[in-house]
Amino acid sequence: MGLTKASTGVGAQDTFSKEIKKADITVALMGNPNVGKSTLFNHITGMHQHTGNWPGKTVTGAVGSCTYNEKNIAFVDLPGCYSLFSHSPEEEVACDFIKNKNPDVTVVVCDATCLERNLILVLQTLTLTANVIVCVNLIDEAKKKGICVDEKKLSEELNVPVIKTTARSGKGVNKLLGVIVENEFQREKSQVTDIEKIVELAESITKTSITLKNDNYMIKDQKIDRLLTGKLSVPTMLLLLLGVFWLTITGANAVSSVLSEFLFKTEDLLYSFLSFINCGQFLKDMLTLGGYRMLIWVVSVMLPPMAIFFPLFTLLEDSGYLPRVAFNLDRCFSSCGACGKQALTMCMGLGCNAAGVIGARIIQSKRERLIAIITNSLIPCNGRFPALISIITVFIAGASGVFIKGVLPSVVLTVVIFLSVAMTLLASKFLSKTLLSGEVSSFVLELPPYRCPQIGKVIVRSVFDRTLFVLGRAVVSAIPAGLILWVMANVSIDGVTLITIFSRALDPLGKIMGLDGIILMAFILGFPANETVIPIMIMGYLSSNVLSDSVTFLQIKDLLIQNGWDMVTAVNCIIFFLFHWPCATTLLTIYKETKSAKWTAVSLLLPTIIGFLMCVSINLIF
Amino acid sequence: MRTLSSLTPGECGIVESIAHKSKIKRRLLDLGIIPGTKVLCVLKSPLGDPTAYFVRGALIALRCSDSRDIIIR
Repeated sequence: MGLTKASTGVGAQDTFSKEIKKADITVALMGNPNVGKSTLFNHITGMHQHTGNWPGKTVTGAVGSCTYNEKNIAFVDLPGCYSLFSHSPEEEVACDFIKNKNPDVTVVVCDATCLERNLILVLQTLTLTANVIVCVNLIDEAKKKGICVDEKKLSEELNVPVIKTTARSGKGVNKLLGVIVENEFQREKSQVTDIEKIVELAESITKTSITLKNDNYMIKDQKIDRLLTGKLSVPTMLLLLLGVFWLTITGANAVSSVLSEFLFKTEDLLYSFLSFINCGQFLKDMLTLGGYRMLIWVVSVMLPPMAIFFPLFTLLEDSGYLPRVAFNLDRCFSSCGACGKQALTMCMGLGCNAAGVIGARIIQSKRERLIAIITNSLIPCNGRFPALISIITVFIAGASGVFIKGVLPSVVLTVVIFLSVAMTLLASKFLSKTLLSGEVSSFVLELPPYRCPQIGKVIVRSVFDRTLFVLGRAVVSAIPAGLILWVMANVSIDGVTLITIFSRALDPLGKIMGLDGIILMAFILGFPANETVIPIMIMGYLSSNVLSDSVTFLQIKDLLIQNGWDMVTAVNCIIFFLFHWPCATTLLTIYKETKSAKWTAVSLLLPTIIGFLMCVSINLIF
Repeated sequence: MRTLSSLTPGECGIVESIAHKSKIKRRLLDLGIIPGTKVLCVLKSPLGDPTAYFVRGALIALRCSDSRDIIIR
């Protein structure tokens, strides 16, 4: 699926027809999931691509182009699918495109290490169009396993061109482009449509075209799997989670302070510029100290962890490990009426709740997809990590007097995540017994072979992509929020600022929850982006009318204690950080994915009610 | 009458038929699981369900409630 800007942004609904019209040749790129289709697509089209949704569907697609031999070729990256005739949204999109949009060439990308199964799709495609090229990818992986593909024999049997490629390194890609441009297709459409006959044909073709040097080539992968889904399943998952957190937190800390220092300097530049053009004082302060400063806060706090977490997550995804997590945890989820793949959407939610919501597309059953979407905000995202960590370190490390940089916060964060996961399972169970009751769906999960990800390429692509997303969101959400906040802090009625009026009004409610009016106000005003909650809180306590220009949180301990914080307040604040309404981007994404005001409302209310009840209970008990 | 769900890791079976009531019959056929296909049981999830099977070069995980519908010999 992939955590990309298109899959998490408030993204573009594109029709791809413009790009296709311009091109000399249109190529449809098809294949089973996990065959390296995206790698091939990225290699061919490079930066000349854009992604978006297929019209009317929540299925992501991409169009890109390249030039070869002076011909402009448009590539349409169809969703990965196992068949063309099975009625899942991906398969409908692929089938519809080939039948109705008549691409000049259809390239079916196959995995050389699993050719027999892949040929089923090839043979199905041949019943729809005769202009097919078979691209046998992952040749490097096949070599490692001693699998030899005789492409000449394969081409004879199928009566279409067959090209061997290793998309990772680009080997064979030029040959493929050459064949796309120059080949004259001389075949008729296939008449074999019965699935069992297709499977038998695939089997016999494979027997003639593939030779195995080692009949037991899959043993190594299976040995690894036996460990990772057996004795080492829980330790591996725990260690990976801890490791990813530790890298994210440590890396983010290092970068955040540097980034904020640099950005605050630019704030002075903006102020000078506005003065230079004789901007009014109120407007100047509002734009600089309100809007721009909020932008700086959000970017310097949000960008570093996201720019680290997302590449790490993509690496895990590319390595093939993540489906094993769904495999290990499926039992927990199915006993709560949900789907094992929800474990994966929860992982994505750790990075960004909106990403997790879009990621829920991997769940076929509508009912289970809704459960995954609604419960997604119960998992804290990267935007909430810094807040959780600061409260935790201030109140726990402060108490013990020892601050083990990086390790203690990672451990406590992991504990906090466990709480979130437990609550997600409970909420899923609740939903499947009440609002979303129904049968537990069927579940077919492919565990792809382990592959070494292209670390360099993934990191570069992901960081670039993620930076764009964060900047985009910061501009759209943070600036308006900053402007509003500034106005509230600097406009007074009868000598009392709007902020004070607002927080005093919320105080009774806050006290019931073991919090106070300022905390609640910060949560409410932090609706556009969770990372602004703590800065707003600080601003409220200091009764200042600007956000402070410091990113370090350690100084806030005294400030909080002075304002009546104790351990109960800290715990409840952590709980409410975990369980409250989704942020604006997530809520918008939920509405786009579900197209239902009802379910969006449920997504808003469920975490909030959970958080409220938990805070009130803890407050009553302690 | 043995079903796929009765295989333990390391055991092989050959598919005899897929029960008509199976909710994933079409999906199984698309993955190449047709009568006469050889299936090897490879992994069982730590919590008991699902189980992963090696079929036509790929590793596919199925829940017990679904693998019960696949009859083998």
